[in-house]
Amino acid sequence: MRIVVDLSRCEGYAQCAFLAPDAFRMHGEEALMYDPSPDDARRDQVLRAAAACPVQAILVDQLEGRDAPVEASPS
Amino acid sequence: MTSADNLQAFKRDGRIVIVGASLAGLRAAEALRGEGFTGSLTMIGDELGEPYDRPPLSKQVLTGWVSAGDTTLPRRRDVNAEWLLGVPATGLDLATNIVRLADGREIPFDRVLISTGVRARPWFVESEAALDGVFVVRTREHAEGLQRALAAGPSRVLVIGAGFTGSEIASICRERDIPLTVAELAPAPLVGALGAMIGEVAADMQRAHGVDLRCGVKVTQLEGDAQGHFRRAHFDDGSTIDADVAVVALGGIRNTEWLRGSGLAAGVWGIACDTGCRALTLNGLITDDIFVAGDVARCPNPIYEYRLISLEHWANAVEQAEVAAHNMVSGQADRWPHLSIPLFWSIQFGVNIKSVGVPTFADEVAVTQGSVSDHRFVAAYGYRGRVTAAVSFNNAKWLDHYRNLIETAAPFPPPCPTPDQPADMKPVPVDFPGPTLLAQGATVVVTGHDPGERRVTAAQYHR
Repeated sequence: MRIVVDLSRCEGYAQCAFLAPDAFRMHGEEALMYDPSPDDARRDQVLRAAAACPVQAILVDQLEGRDAPVEASPS
Repeated sequence: MTSADNLQAFKRDGRIVIVGASLAGLRAAEALRGEGFTGSLTMIGDELGEPYDRPPLSKQVLTGWVSAGDTTLPRRRDVNAEWLLGVPATGLDLATNIVRLADGREIPFDRVLISTGVRARPWFVESEAALDGVFVVRTREHAEGLQRALAAGPSRVLVIGAGFTGSEIASICRERDIPLTVAELAPAPLVGALGAMIGEVAADMQRAHGVDLRCGVKVTQLEGDAQGHFRRAHFDDGSTIDADVAVVALGGIRNTEWLRGSGLAAGVWGIACDTGCRALTLNGLITDDIFVAGDVARCPNPIYEYRLISLEHWANAVEQAEVAAHNMVSGQADRWPHLSIPLFWSIQFGVNIKSVGVPTFADEVAVTQGSVSDHRFVAAYGYRGRVTAAVSFNNAKWLDHYRNLIETAAPFPPPCPTPDQPADMKPVPVDFPGPTLLAQGATVVVTGHDPGERRVTAAQYHR
């Protein structure tokens, strides 16, 4: 699965790091590092983390589970 | 598009081309579909593969945690576009509304969005830049190559340039326990963006983490061995250092060369546009059908005296993309201005650095909360008695407050009735090297929350 965190919005509440520690880690006191491509097995964890973010900074791929979003092709 | 009927027809059957398929391009494409545009959408990009996110490249990718190929951006919705990837655009014809591609194709459009971004500034001597072990960091391929070189355990890394990217890479090298020299022309790291006071803090942080930081020096030559591998760097003070990896972090070059001769106001500073992201011609006229967003856009900001400002900020790319997309499919009475206050973040040496506003637009700076020596503080920037920016080190929760102060042209230094009062909050000169943005002028305030309601009104002058 694919995620991106809007770090200009992130205020380091660390809810995501508690709920999905494989995908989100705190770096120092309040800086967040994340895995933009966490394992699909972590999907529920990651969705819970995204829902729990107080500033709603975590965006999860909306196309997951339907057609793969790969439309890109060399022309 | 002068009538509502025309606009409806355009939204239904029009042709939109987006040149530049990175963050701004993708977000604009999604926003266009979200606004109900059902016509043809073409995405042109010079790199192969889907749009990906760049900030992780100089952070979690270089630590080895995440692979460069795994930073593809998530999609908010299906954009149903035709993707022309791996081929750069080479020209734009405003008379015939055609984008020309490097492979000779001509792509017609009714409206076009330019979001071609910036590329890494290469080392200035081509043969030295081509040495094995010399890197820049902008694309996935760059990050992948550098991460491999760091994983191989180099005896020393040289980072040239201590701006944000250079400092982030320095931080990661130390995290990986790699001996490191950082060379910076200015008196301290980050000083060009944040001024002398914060520069001193950044220098302390680097040295405390074992960085051999050399400021006020210029690298004059990168020397290779017989196998063409980088081995030694020469400085303008006559000294040398031995290293096997050199990272050139000297900022970016805006991708505007392809617009030469197009008649647009495009150059090394970016493409000038209005707050509605409509491009300006060389004569300063607003175009009807050419829009700009992201790192390559140079947009006036009323808060900063209507100066045209280009920003290489993630949030700026997203916000401009959304404003541009909205305006591309809206009549002129419904258009939005891009009146956002710039926001920026960096993660280095375990510290979360964020800024709001334009710190270079300042004559004074004062610590308003916390303690500089603890690397946990907020510093406010002021220009002629009003707040124009703020920088936080591990204190991001306060930045919304400072954004309000900036938008309402609050007096500087701002009162800060917080528990973490600094010992000394006397303003000091901001001290940027070289020419700065300073000038006189009226101030304005921004009102409204929804993008459609954001408006500027003139305010009285503070000093």
